[in-house]
Amino acid sequence: MEYEQCVKHVEGDKIADVFLFALSTCVWCRKTKNLLNELGVEYRYVDVDLLEGLAKKEAVDDMEKFDPSGSFPLLVIDRVETVLGFKEAKIRRLLGFE
Amino acid sequence: LNSIELSDKEIDDLYEKLNKDAKDSGYNLNSDIEFTKQLIKSLLINENRYGYWACPCRLATGIKEEDIDIICPCDYRDPDLDEYGTCFCSLYVSSDVAKGFKDAEPIPERRPPRPERKNLKEMAKKDIVRSSLSYPVWRCKVCGYLCARGNPPELCPICKAKKDRFELFI
Repeated sequence: MEYEQCVKHVEGDKIADVFLFALSTCVWCRKTKNLLNELGVEYRYVDVDLLEGLAKKEAVDDMEKFDPSGSFPLLVIDRVETVLGFKEAKIRRLLGFE
Repeated sequence: LNSIELSDKEIDDLYEKLNKDAKDSGYNLNSDIEFTKQLIKSLLINENRYGYWACPCRLATGIKEEDIDIICPCDYRDPDLDEYGTCFCSLYVSSDVAKGFKDAEPIPERRPPRPERKNLKEMAKKDIVRSSLSYPVWRCKVCGYLCARGNPPELCPICKAKKDRFELFI
């Protein structure tokens, strides 16, 4: 995948495979990143608005496989569970923080 | 795409302008000023990137024709304010939220997904039928303002949206 080289890795506790599709300009995406940082979990993210050309297209195609709405932020846990939007309680629950 | 330096003054100036415009036309910016200024900074980043204020919380293509419905204020702001008391980003909020009676929470996306948007555009093209009125009626897709004249105005007199945000209504 073209966009893989733009994926950022944030160190933390290895609770699950946590991947975030985000936009660098989106405040709700920022809140999601802040929450993951606060929880101290390991995660990867990509700011799709900073991608160009094929990388951007591939990232959008990948996102739409998980959720057809194409809206941000989209959190994917273990490539199965998805959280669309900044839903703090749901994110905490799925990552085992309650 | 990321290299742009914005001064606090540029952000503050746009905040003051948008706040005044909002108040003058019966809208409210989010009263969480730090949050609102982050969004305003993002609008300036997008202006620099794309040449227009693409919604900071949605993915723009950079092709104006495809992004026209998400240029801030977007086509979805008013129905979202009606239903949820906030726009998708929470830059604009209802008066209840602005006064603190209600919190601005994240809301679902009203904009149709990509394939549907394409179909809607095709259908809109087919639907244009000349009516028997003496003037066509144009509708501002941002605020709903209607006017009967040869062409839409340069700027919507109500919400200041540009000419290209108007659609032929009747």
